[in-house]
Amino acid sequence: MSAPATYTQTPEAKAAYDARWQRVMDCVALKQPDRMPTTMMATFWLARYGGISNKQLMYDYEATKAIAERAILEFEPDAPSPIILGVAMGPSLEAVGYKQVQWPGHGVRDDQPYQYLDREYMRADEYDEFLFDPTGFYLQKYLPRIGEAFEGIDEIAYLPGLQYFRLIGAVRTFSRPRVRKALEALMKAGEEVERWGRHHHDFTRRMAAHGFPMSYISTSISPYDLIADYFRGATGMMKDLFRNKDKLLLLLDKAATFLVRQALSGIKSSGHPVVFIPIHWAPDAFMSPKQFETFWWPSFRKMLLGLIEGGAIPMPLWEADCTKRLETIRDIPPGKCIYWFERTDMVRAFEVLGDVVALRGNLSPSLMTTGKPEEVDAAVRHLAENVFHKGGRLILDGAFGIPDETPVENVRAMFTAARKYAS
Amino acid sequence: MSDMTDQERQLVEMLADMNEDEGVALAKRMLLEDGADPLRVLELCRNAMDIVGKRFAEGEYFLPELVLAGEMLEVIGAVAKPLIKQSSGGEPKRLARVLIGTVHGDLHDIGKNIVTFMLDINGFEVKDIGVDVPVATFIDEITDFKPQVVGLSGFLTLAFDSMKETIDAIAGAGLRGNMKIMIGGGQIDETVRSYTGADAFGTNAVDAVTLCKGWAGVAA
Repeated sequence: MSAPATYTQTPEAKAAYDARWQRVMDCVALKQPDRMPTTMMATFWLARYGGISNKQLMYDYEATKAIAERAILEFEPDAPSPIILGVAMGPSLEAVGYKQVQWPGHGVRDDQPYQYLDREYMRADEYDEFLFDPTGFYLQKYLPRIGEAFEGIDEIAYLPGLQYFRLIGAVRTFSRPRVRKALEALMKAGEEVERWGRHHHDFTRRMAAHGFPMSYISTSISPYDLIADYFRGATGMMKDLFRNKDKLLLLLDKAATFLVRQALSGIKSSGHPVVFIPIHWAPDAFMSPKQFETFWWPSFRKMLLGLIEGGAIPMPLWEADCTKRLETIRDIPPGKCIYWFERTDMVRAFEVLGDVVALRGNLSPSLMTTGKPEEVDAAVRHLAENVFHKGGRLILDGAFGIPDETPVENVRAMFTAARKYAS
Repeated sequence: MSDMTDQERQLVEMLADMNEDEGVALAKRMLLEDGADPLRVLELCRNAMDIVGKRFAEGEYFLPELVLAGEMLEVIGAVAKPLIKQSSGGEPKRLARVLIGTVHGDLHDIGKNIVTFMLDINGFEVKDIGVDVPVATFIDEITDFKPQVVGLSGFLTLAFDSMKETIDAIAGAGLRGNMKIMIGGGQIDETVRSYTGADAFGTNAVDAVTLCKGWAGVAA
C-alpha cells in the first residue's frame, strides 16, 4: 500500500458519525437512545455478497475493502465491525506460518471459512513453567509450536539471571543459524502484518469519512478460554479441572492481569474503548454452575473490572445458551459493558440484566440462513417490542453477526425491520 | 450393585465420583495383583459409566466429568484388555449400530466425540468416521456398516447445507429405508432439522442417547 489516502469527513458525515456513536454509547450508559442501534458483524458473508471466494476475501485487501464499504453503505449499520481485521489476514497467517488455524489454501477449500484446530499446545506438566515465567514460556516453548516463523527462537539464550560478561557471552546465540532464520522470517512477517494493519486503518478512516464508527477495534479473550482454547485444548482443560485444579486457578488469575494490560494497550493505540471478547467455554451445557463459579467467572470478573477501571467498554459475546449464568454475570458495575448473547433468550437476558448492561444480538443463525425475509422481520419485531421498547438497551445484530450463508434479502430485512419497529 | 463385593462396589463408586487416582489404582490392583477377572472389572467400569451417564442426564455432571470418565475407562481398559483370555465371553450385545461423523466442510469434533462416548457407554455400537466427511464416504460407510442410526454433526452454519446434501444423497442412494438420521451441533434447531430433512435433532449428548434409545425400542 502506498502513502495513506486522505479522506475528508463532511459536516453531514460528522453529524451522522456522532449520532451513530451516541446511539451505541447511550445504550452502554443505560440511557434511552433515539432509536435501536444496529451493527454489522460480517466475515465470510461478504464473499457471498461481493461474489468472490473466501480465499480472495482473505487475501485481496482492496477487493475486501471495496465489498465491505459497499455493504456498509447499503445497510447503514450504526456501528460495523472492523472487517479487514476480521477476514483479510491470509497473507499475515501465511507469513507467520500459523499452525493453529486452517484457512483457504491451507487445509480448507477456497470457499470455506478458516477454522481453529483444537489441540494440546501446552502439556499438563508445563503449568509450573508457564506460571513462573510467562514470557519465557512463550519464547522457549509456545511460539515455536504455533508459528513456523518462530521456529528457532527457542535457541536464544535463557535470559533471566544473565549479567555482566555472561550476558555478553549469551548474545552469541543470536548468530545461530536457526535463530537468524527465525529473526529474518519474523521481520518479513512483521512487514506483512504491518501492511494488514495499514489496510485496516485505511478502511476505518474511509468509513469514518462516510459517517460510520466501528463497533470495536480491540479484541481479547477470557482467562479460561485463553488456556482452554489456545494452550491446553478442550479435553486437556477439562481434565485439568480435576487433575491440576490449583495450578490452573493460579494461572487463570495471572492471565486476568496480563490480558487486562494487553487489552488496555489495544484501546490506547486504537483510540476505541470497546473490547470485543468472544466467549467459548461459559455456556450452560459445558460445565456445572459450581465449576463455572470456581473456574470460569472469578478471573473473568477480575478482568472485566480491570478493563472498566482502565476506561474500556468490555463487550463479551456469550456464545451458545448462557441462561443459567445470567444471575452470576450480573455482578459487575452498571452502565459499563455490552453483553452480546448468541442463543440465550434475549427477553430473559433483558429481565435479569437490563439494569446493568447494554445487550447485543441475537437473530438466530438458522433463521438468517434458511428463513424468509418476513420471518426475519418478525424476529426483529419481537426483539424491538419485547426488549427495546420495554427499556432494554438493545443493539441489534445476528447471534454472532451475519452467518456466512445468509441470503442478502434476509440481511436487508433485518436492517429494514430495525428502522420500521424501533425508530 | 447388590451382587458386588465391597471392593467392587468401592471401585464403581470411586469411578462414578470422579475419584480418578484411587479408582484407577484400585482397578489396577484388582487386575494385576488380586487376579480379578478382567471382564468383571470392565463390567464394573460400565456400571460406573451408567451412573456417570445418569448424573449427566440429570444435570449433575457436565462435559468435564464425561471427559474424565472416558479417560479413566481408557486407562483401565488398556490394562484389562490384554489380560482377557481368548476363551472368555465376548463383548455384551449392543442395542444398535450408530454411524457418526462431522459433515464435509466442518472440522469440529468435540461434540461428536462426546456423543460417541455417551452412545458407547449406553450400549450402542458406534462407528465414528471423523470430521469433514465427504458425502460419498457416508454412503460407502452406510453400505458397509449398515447402521440403524446415522448421526451428522456440525458446528458451523455451512454444515446446514452439508447435512442437507448428505441426507439427500443417502435418500438418493436408496439407503434411507428404516434407518434414522439425527443431526446435532451448536447451531442446530428445529428450523435446521426441517431444512435438512433429518428425522430428529439434538443439541447435546443426552439428546442423542434419548433419540437412539427411542429408535432402538429401549427405555431412555
